Amino acid sequence: MTFEYAPAPESRAIVDIKAKYGHFIDGKFVPGKKHFATINPATEEVLSQISLGGASDVDKAVAAAQKAYTKTWSKLSGKERGKYLYRIARILQERAREFAVLETLDNGKPIRETRDIDIPLVAAHFFYHAGWADKLDYAGLGKSPQPHGVAGQIIPWNFPLLMLAWKVAPALATGNTVVLKPAETTSLTALLFAEVCQQAELPDGVVNIVTGDGSTGAAIVNHPGIHKIAFTGSTDVGKKIARAIAGTNKKATLELGGKGANIVFDDAPLDETVEGIVNGIFFNQGHVCCAGSRLILQEGIADELIEKLKVRMAKIRVGDPLDKNTDLGAINSREQLSKIQELATAGEAEGAERWSPACNLSAKGFWFAPTIFTGVTQAHRIAREEIFGPVLSILTFRTPQEAIEKANNTPFGLSAGVWSEKGSRILWATQQLRAGVVWANTFNKFDPASPFGGYKESGWGREGGKHGLAAYLKEGK
Amino acid sequence: MASSKKSSASKSSPRLEVKKTYKLYINGTFPRSESGRVYEVSNSKNGFVANPSLASRKDLRDAVVAARAAQSGWAKATAYNRGQILYRIAEMLEGRADQFASEIALASGVTAKKAHDEVLTAIDRWVWYAGWSDKLSAAFGATNPVSGPYYNFTIPEPQGVIAVAPAESFLALIDAIAPAIVSGNTVIALVPGSAAIAAMTFAEVLATSDLPAGVLNILTGSHDELAPWAASHMDIDGFDVSGIDKKKRTDLKVAGAENLKRIHSFDGAISPTRIYAFMEAKTVWHPIGV
Repeated sequence: MTFEYAPAPESRAIVDIKAKYGHFIDGKFVPGKKHFATINPATEEVLSQISLGGASDVDKAVAAAQKAYTKTWSKLSGKERGKYLYRIARILQERAREFAVLETLDNGKPIRETRDIDIPLVAAHFFYHAGWADKLDYAGLGKSPQPHGVAGQIIPWNFPLLMLAWKVAPALATGNTVVLKPAETTSLTALLFAEVCQQAELPDGVVNIVTGDGSTGAAIVNHPGIHKIAFTGSTDVGKKIARAIAGTNKKATLELGGKGANIVFDDAPLDETVEGIVNGIFFNQGHVCCAGSRLILQEGIADELIEKLKVRMAKIRVGDPLDKNTDLGAINSREQLSKIQELATAGEAEGAERWSPACNLSAKGFWFAPTIFTGVTQAHRIAREEIFGPVLSILTFRTPQEAIEKANNTPFGLSAGVWSEKGSRILWATQQLRAGVVWANTFNKFDPASPFGGYKESGWGREGGKHGLAAYLKEGK
Repeated sequence: MASSKKSSASKSSPRLEVKKTYKLYINGTFPRSESGRVYEVSNSKNGFVANPSLASRKDLRDAVVAARAAQSGWAKATAYNRGQILYRIAEMLEGRADQFASEIALASGVTAKKAHDEVLTAIDRWVWYAGWSDKLSAAFGATNPVSGPYYNFTIPEPQGVIAVAPAESFLALIDAIAPAIVSGNTVIALVPGSAAIAAMTFAEVLATSDLPAGVLNILTGSHDELAPWAASHMDIDGFDVSGIDKKKRTDLKVAGAENLKRIHSFDGAISPTRIYAFMEAKTVWHPIGV
């Protein structure tokens, strides 16, 4: 049976996008010199012109953050710092719909996700960390742990405002000040967040936002006035950052790539598992570092499960991200679309079997149908490399030990999933998996109280929970 | 190494002391360096001491293979068991404290009193770290109150294979290896210069202390030669570079970035954060429902 849906678009009247944006430095918007366009990836409509930050902009932002650190923020009690974060959390809740629409326009992800997941989690993240600000003695880092100073934060385009929250909230709660660079293709919600800082009367210079590209990020990483780096992005860039700061005293947290294994044992509840698989790889168009991009099925149930998965995938609604019925939105950029296409082509060339449901993809904008590959071996590129798109590689196993070996056979170690009705088997598998986050009978769940981060080449350190605070503090007495 | 002043069996022909050949300690065995090389340990006070093995890149790679093979078994041992084995090391050391003190004094030229104090401190460090094995989850784990019907907990786990390059002293060696192995990591220790003498006698302690083969591997020789190989080795997860000159750490960190090796250095203080530095936090989610 096929359901027909009338369009149910969310109105974009709530957002007011300026023709041109500057940087946010020392509490004020300052014009940039060079600009580049930011577009809606669903339509290729130019939304605005974003400033391309250079070394002098980064200099000014770091100077403002340094001044704010010594003059105001480090002198404030934890209690007062916390109250600023509570204010920010409340304003984010008040303006949640505006942020959701803006994020969907700039990023291409469905409004259902920005409205129900991204933005609520952003507010929750600030609310959670607000409470830590005057309780840092209880973070397990000794008495009176101290901030590092100025944190340089570089965030990705897949969860623009959420990654900002993951970085800014703990930095401010622990008493650091911030120079943040949003991703080149998704600066708008960060710039709207700057307005929230103004509305919350956050002291000038505590949060500075410099927009730009990779060269702007490099200027932040290499700036001598930065004491701590927090980066979320690709493993390649993460390694470059690790090399760049090798001879310095800079601390770093790196949240990098993944190739998450999602293991399904033959006693798993198949219908629930199919929902979990879909959420694991097609959530946010698969632009998720912790996506369950390798499905590892026990042989006895593989055929049945793949059939169920195909039936379910045929019901995924791909289209207008602003439509409240949409499940799968636009690919974030032409560059990312090319990367996904290249890897999918390699999957076919290397002998795996490709399948997608019939999809009417718009000619304008960047789109990729939900796709699975069966007959994938561990040697295939689509089993080894992060695709960062709605593409699932399916492998099979016979014994539990084989499942674990396949799951761990990767330099990454960010996430993994286990599906089984047997408690002892779940606990055994979660113990064996070399990954920082393991979802058992669920997938892609996030919470500010839950630490997130990877083993091996998926990065350094954790974000969220008590563990995330350690990245922003020097151990106390 | 026993004192050369030991009494002889007969007065007419003094007994010649039997000296020890210093080899390496890899996978619970005592091989010579595959390179066949040795180096001389001597000092102005005591003259020639010994010719320890000068470990090579190949020895390091063999040690990594042994450490990797031993790692999952060691991590799977109960925390109680690991704690007892570390405590057993302290017991074995205590019984040989005088021997260690005399070797340290002989090889490094420090006073007997200073050497003895160093050994006693080292023994107490083992006792201290032994007690941490079953308290790491309490200190570095958590159950997390997430917003939703999920049980969510975080536990610390060992990173895997850790290389350590301690400064040239027995205590520095113990300070590097005890926090790395207590959590379930396996270790390759790169012991420099004169510290080789006590380190290789320490390997004899390990061989009799129920520590499974491969959990701790000891290579003696030169940091300058071995540390770059350790830093670039893709099957080493972490590297404690406390004993390496600050300026030389930069190149090691650049090399280690290739597999995002966790590279840390510590001052002399003992701290549970020295254990946690070579652990990873794993967070597990499971739905709650009927």
